[in-house]
Amino acid sequence: MKELKVLAVVVFFTLVTYWGVEPFAHSQMHKHVEGHDFAYPDINASGVKGNAANGKNLIAACTGCHGIESQGMKAPMDALASSAAYGVNPPDLSNAGAVFDEKFLIAFMQNPAHTAKAKPNFAMPPSASSAQDAADIAAYLKSIAPKEVTPKEAFVTACGRCHADRYGKWTQIGDVPKTKSNIKTGNDVELAQFKINLAKYQDKLASYMGKLPPDLSIISRARSEHYLKTFVEDPQAVLHGTAMPRVGVTKEGFEKVYAYLESTGDPSKAERERVGPWVLLYFVIFTLLAYGWYKSQWKGLK
Amino acid sequence: MAHFDPNAKPFSHKWMNERLGVDTLKRVLSTEYWIPKNINFLWAMGMVLAATFGVLLISGIFLLMYYVPTTKEAFDSVNFTIMSQVGYGWLWRHIHGVAASVVFLIIYIHMFTGIYYGSYKKGRELIWISGMLLFVSFSAEAFSGYMLPWGQMSYWAGMVITNLFSLGSLELNGLVEWIRGDYVPGQAFLSRFFMLHVLLMPLLIIGLIVLHFGTLRLPHVNNKDGEEIDFEAEAEKWKAGQRKEAKVIPFNPVFLSKDVFVMGIYFIFFFYLVFYHFEFAMDPVNFDPADGLKTPPHIYPEWYFLWSYEILRPFSKDIGLIWFGFAQVIFMLLPFLDRSPNVAPANKRGPFKIWFWLLLIDMIGLTIMGKLPPIDPWSQFGTVFAYTFIALWIALPFITKMEKPVGGK
Repeated sequence: MKELKVLAVVVFFTLVTYWGVEPFAHSQMHKHVEGHDFAYPDINASGVKGNAANGKNLIAACTGCHGIESQGMKAPMDALASSAAYGVNPPDLSNAGAVFDEKFLIAFMQNPAHTAKAKPNFAMPPSASSAQDAADIAAYLKSIAPKEVTPKEAFVTACGRCHADRYGKWTQIGDVPKTKSNIKTGNDVELAQFKINLAKYQDKLASYMGKLPPDLSIISRARSEHYLKTFVEDPQAVLHGTAMPRVGVTKEGFEKVYAYLESTGDPSKAERERVGPWVLLYFVIFTLLAYGWYKSQWKGLK
Repeated sequence: MAHFDPNAKPFSHKWMNERLGVDTLKRVLSTEYWIPKNINFLWAMGMVLAATFGVLLISGIFLLMYYVPTTKEAFDSVNFTIMSQVGYGWLWRHIHGVAASVVFLIIYIHMFTGIYYGSYKKGRELIWISGMLLFVSFSAEAFSGYMLPWGQMSYWAGMVITNLFSLGSLELNGLVEWIRGDYVPGQAFLSRFFMLHVLLMPLLIIGLIVLHFGTLRLPHVNNKDGEEIDFEAEAEKWKAGQRKEAKVIPFNPVFLSKDVFVMGIYFIFFFYLVFYHFEFAMDPVNFDPADGLKTPPHIYPEWYFLWSYEILRPFSKDIGLIWFGFAQVIFMLLPFLDRSPNVAPANKRGPFKIWFWLLLIDMIGLTIMGKLPPIDPWSQFGTVFAYTFIALWIALPFITKMEKPVGGK
């Protein structure tokens, strides 16, 4: 068939062009960073075994700044006051044991800025006087953490005080509240107040971090999964000089975070996968019928 | 004075015929619009393009209902409202984005088909020129559309391309500001490109499509061998029932039946891309909102502009602009640069055969180098490809002048 040969030539040149401008060009544009699957090989395991009961007695070292809502411990200050004091609101630790790597937490409590590869002005001071204390607190955090956290809980714990996700209605100071505007004036005082608090918080955060960390609503389409994975695992290895600290999530923790980012960045994925086969089937049938018409029209022409 | 039958029922066949000449129209544009029989599937690309333009127009209308052309809201109206709040908004957007990219693939196939078979000569010059005007207006349409989501690549591509109008050392910065309506791309810029994208360019394109079809009607479509067909005589054979002997077929339904079949195959490919492989048409960089304080590390146009971008890049500012301008107009002049009277497939035309395949490979080379970062060795390859492009076009009149006549016609 002569026509199939012509088609093969067209397809060949199309594929060469596609390969050149997509996979090949992108491989040349971004340096490839090999990840370690959140094993944090530069952090040595402390070797000590943590005792959750001891950790519970030591937790006051944390709750001076952090809340643990699941254990009925409220944060000493609200988000805005915290940002005025520290530049950023310290995370609630209810889910910390489920999202962060234990080895990382132990090293982090002893030497936060170094472990997080963060700037020297990092808000958290060294908070455990020995590896044993750190291991005990980490064991306690693990013991109170839920077996399973939702993608959003993982995101909020690991990312949510620096990054907003406006498509997910998340801001650095919490979910956008459901409020009602006054029907007579159209004003929504409660929402306006929330926005003022958020603006103040973001100003503090921006001066603490150097810039306002980006909103992550559709970061899953702006960066590849591999990029985000290696970046979260070790920000300095991917983007040297970035203000983003290493947060120390586990592999499962990252998968949860990514699931959340994908849910706000590509919410039509499930529907797309549902509709796709039907549309293709429609055009296959269309083409078969068209082929029949073509053959009947061209019969006896050559 | 025309005769109007007072007894004809309104909108009856006779009534319509007297007022609109529907029978004549149908004959001239459809049932007695003769197409050579000696063609392959590449002859269906015109209808494939028309269908893709239709898809772009319809999907664009749906997107227009929710798109907000302001610098504050454009990004979220596309990425949030259309993608998650509007029923099937994601589908219309992916159709629109993929079609905008694929339409250029088909345009290039259509163009290179024309070059290969010499379908721009001997009465077909205006087909080629109106086609190239369509290429230019599709380019403007694609570029203006790319501004609308107001992402990082919209902003920075808009910055770079409007900067070209400063014309290098002439430093016409006033002209650039006049085009932008601001010192940098902003609200005025976005509003203007929105207007161009949804009104002026589509109007122009529709007009040019009509012109392009018009230029085709008298010289008729070329065929695989470039044979000069006596369309009247061959049409008589067809009408006499000699379907096998006649070298022509009517546009409707015979040619159309094959077109529709090719379109079916094309739409399977197209919707496969829409559902499973749309990323190539939607650059990740454009999912970061426009930020005038943050230049992306790599700024590049969409793939279909890369070859001309790469002709701009290897040279110094002014020389680059001159060759860039050269690349934009040179295709338009093809019917006059090809000095050979032969209308035949490139493979039968001696040196022109080499010229054709070199041009194709060179443009693919330019396209790939245009996306790669301008570092060695890519920039050296790019320079070689750019010089080759220029040399090919300068050589064209000479090699075609020396060409020997093909066949006995």
